[in-house]
Amino acid sequence: MNKMQKEKSGAFIVNETDSNDVFIPEEFNEEQLMIADTCRSFIDTEVAPHFEQIDKGDRALMRDVLKKSGELGLMGVSIPDNYGGFGQDFVTQMLAAEVIGSAYSFSVAFMAHTGIGTLPIMYYGNEDQRQRYVTKLASGECLGAYCLTEPGAGSDANSGKTTAVLSEDGKHYILNGQKMWITNGGFCDTQVVFAKIDKDRILSAFIVESDWEGVEIGQDEHKLGIKGSSTTQIYYNDVKVPVENLIGKRGEGFRIALSILHMGRMKLGANVIGAAKSAVTLSVNYANERKQFGTLIANFGAIKYKLAEMVIRVFAHESAIYRVSKDIDVLMDDYKKTYEDAGRAAIDAISHFAVEDAILKVYGSEMLDYVVDEGVQIHGGMGYSAEMGIERGYRDSRINRIFEGTNEINRLLIVESMIKFAKKGNYDLFGEAEKLNESINDLCEMKIEGGYYEQKMTTISHFKKVIALVIKAFTNSFKSIAQEQEIQNNIANMIMELYITESLALRVKKIEDTHNNASLPLYKDILDVKLYDAARIINKEALEAIASFSETAEDRIPLVNAIKALTDVPLVNVKDARRRIADKIIEENRYKI
Amino acid sequence: MKILVCISDVPDTTTKVKFKDDNTAFETAGVQWVINPWDELSLTRAVEMKEKTPGLIDNITVVTVGPKESEATIRKALAIGADNAIRVDALPKDAFYVASQIAEAVKNENFDIILTGIDSADYNGSAVGGMLAEMLDLTSVSSVSSLNAENSKVTVTREIEGGTETIEAATPFLAIVQKGIAIEPKIPAMRGIMMARTKPLKVVEPADSETLTHIEKFEMPQAKGACKKFDAEGVDELVNLLHNEAKMI
Ligand SMILES: Cc1cc2nc3c(=O)[nH]c(=O)nc-3n(C[C@H](O)[C@H](O)[C@H](O)COP(=O)(O)OP(=O)(O)OC[C@H]3O[C@@H](n4cnc5c(N)ncnc54)[C@H](O)[C@@H]3O)c2cc1C
Repeated sequence: MNKMQKEKSGAFIVNETDSNDVFIPEEFNEEQLMIADTCRSFIDTEVAPHFEQIDKGDRALMRDVLKKSGELGLMGVSIPDNYGGFGQDFVTQMLAAEVIGSAYSFSVAFMAHTGIGTLPIMYYGNEDQRQRYVTKLASGECLGAYCLTEPGAGSDANSGKTTAVLSEDGKHYILNGQKMWITNGGFCDTQVVFAKIDKDRILSAFIVESDWEGVEIGQDEHKLGIKGSSTTQIYYNDVKVPVENLIGKRGEGFRIALSILHMGRMKLGANVIGAAKSAVTLSVNYANERKQFGTLIANFGAIKYKLAEMVIRVFAHESAIYRVSKDIDVLMDDYKKTYEDAGRAAIDAISHFAVEDAILKVYGSEMLDYVVDEGVQIHGGMGYSAEMGIERGYRDSRINRIFEGTNEINRLLIVESMIKFAKKGNYDLFGEAEKLNESINDLCEMKIEGGYYEQKMTTISHFKKVIALVIKAFTNSFKSIAQEQEIQNNIANMIMELYITESLALRVKKIEDTHNNASLPLYKDILDVKLYDAARIINKEALEAIASFSETAEDRIPLVNAIKALTDVPLVNVKDARRRIADKIIEENRYKI
Repeated sequence: MKILVCISDVPDTTTKVKFKDDNTAFETAGVQWVINPWDELSLTRAVEMKEKTPGLIDNITVVTVGPKESEATIRKALAIGADNAIRVDALPKDAFYVASQIAEAVKNENFDIILTGIDSADYNGSAVGGMLAEMLDLTSVSSVSSLNAENSKVTVTREIEGGTETIEAATPFLAIVQKGIAIEPKIPAMRGIMMARTKPLKVVEPADSETLTHIEKFEMPQAKGACKKFDAEGVDELVNLLHNEAKMI
């Protein structure tokens, strides 16, 4: 692979990316594939036989299975060797997360433990805290939880009321308060708890052990899905937390909480791929067995449409996930050269990609919801039966739009971060928009010409122009864009479509340039359909946004014309393209494209 | 004791089998390769014995006859727990050729126990184990479903018509193993995967050997026909169809 360029979060809005500079899943190395295989074998043999029992709320079994994954080393994938882990790069961490993502409630418990339960200590803890806790969390000897949310503090996470007061002898913080919705609450050994010291405005973070006096764990919540994962309230009544257990500095907790959420969003983006691929497999298995009107339902165009759309979205999302994962690795290596602490270098590189992680969290969770929803539909009445795996998949998918920051919050973050980074000078979004505005009438004359990829990339560059123009007009029209969430949503949806589609196009081009792959024509079908759809979505969102501005209809005309012209793409025979994609899945009888 | 596990690199069992070159060759494009399931179980048993009884097994070697691409499979075997590997750099043409190559590569290594699978999931020849035992002049037992070893002795159980037979034999010894030798294949742990990179993998040139067989062509099994159902009253028709259409009676 070429030497990778260092990417800046959000810069894709104006920059063009060379397909040689993106990493694609076709490039996993042998060791990465072996790690993925190990995760898959573990799930097949140790978790899948117990899906039902786990969902019945057998917490001892869940704990047991988690511990076994620890024995195999799976909990140490993201942890450096000097703390008992295996120091894998981010791409590998994401690949492991993808595979684990197919394990329903186990996946949630595992990801909470290895991610938000462990990494705050790994990334922000001192040497002593890492030795005392991370080593045990990496081996599975201890199981972890992350306690941020409170009854009165959900999306507004910094508004929590839990307090930490320094004891008179200066040896302890006395913790009081209540946390809510804590994953692994019912069986965790350690907790990362966020609380405010004295009258601080900003949170601090602490390591609390579950068996300390005054820690009271509530009953498991009865939930819509992920029933096998333990979710509880936790109460702190005068809990004595040794001062050595403050993570990072006083008042650093909110920053820690947010950075860890950035990491969690990325990993969630990987988890949903595994869940979606297994939902596709369940669905095509059923379509290949169920007969109606004398034929397999897989032969019906309506079913093929669904299967194809599932695959298109999974494949496109996957392209974006591994693209950004490699960007993170490149930045991480760069930071490691100058940072004193490798943990901080890692988390700063991950949380740098704020625009992308919010995109992947939102797109990924909605992709999975689409896939499981259509999966149930393919199963007809059987899809509604608790006997079928797809029913569990359907229920378990829903949480992904809620935790790790709701999709509403993340849509706002996509736009806010993109504008913030542009204003910081990371890329010249506003300058570009200014230039486009100067010759706005010429934009109606832009042509899509050249070979296959040239045409695709030109179309994508047109999307960028549309979004830049809309953002510019938006920020010009409103003093406080925060008050205009509907328009922010329009813009967020466009940015998501752009990033996902561009990542897909770069992947397909790179496959054509560097791999001899028999499925290439199908990948091009995927790209054709996705690009066509993205153009429609961007057209709608852009026009809707513009129509919502206070400008008079007359002022809008040049901009509206430009948007219409730039999102005008050639017609595609989407029916045949989707049929070819579906036929491949039907032939393979599983997600394999 | 030193154990040798012979492993063969076979298409994943879920592979959609296709042929090319006028049905004379297996189409390998898009195929995923894995350790032959019996070989994986043999290796699992070898690693279990090594881990359970400290000091009993000093070394586990895996050997394969295959091209460079089979090294992914070899490294998986190293990740599972083999200590080192030998690859004979040749395409595995037929059973005699493979057995000759392995025999040549290991004849001076003095293995106490050699394990081969009862067959390989691709060509199902069931011949390498027996041939290899002959070539190395070793005692061998086939259809082995359990294996234990102590000092210079092995105890194996083997499937026989209607039951099992327990046999004791002195080493050096070759077991041709099947189901039961280990319960589940051992999953490579993260530590094993990391260590696999650094374990020795010796590549040896193939020895001169004949290929005694040659593949004329492959044929797919006939697709199963549709299922026909008859009511209890339809016996006459059933007999008629079995006789005239299926020509079974
Ligand atoms: C099963 C489960 C497991 C969880 N695990 C953990 C855990 O391990 N640790 C932990 O700390 N937390 C955990 N959570 C909490 C989770 O992160 C929160 O539920 C989530 O952040 C939303 O907070 P909330 O429930 O208070 O909703 P609210 O913040 O009350 O939101 C209600 C609605 O209002 C919207 N909304 C809120 N603010 C805005 C805004 N500014 N603009 C537009 N819309 C807005 C939201 O998007 C949502 O649609 C878990 C939750 C669940 C359900």
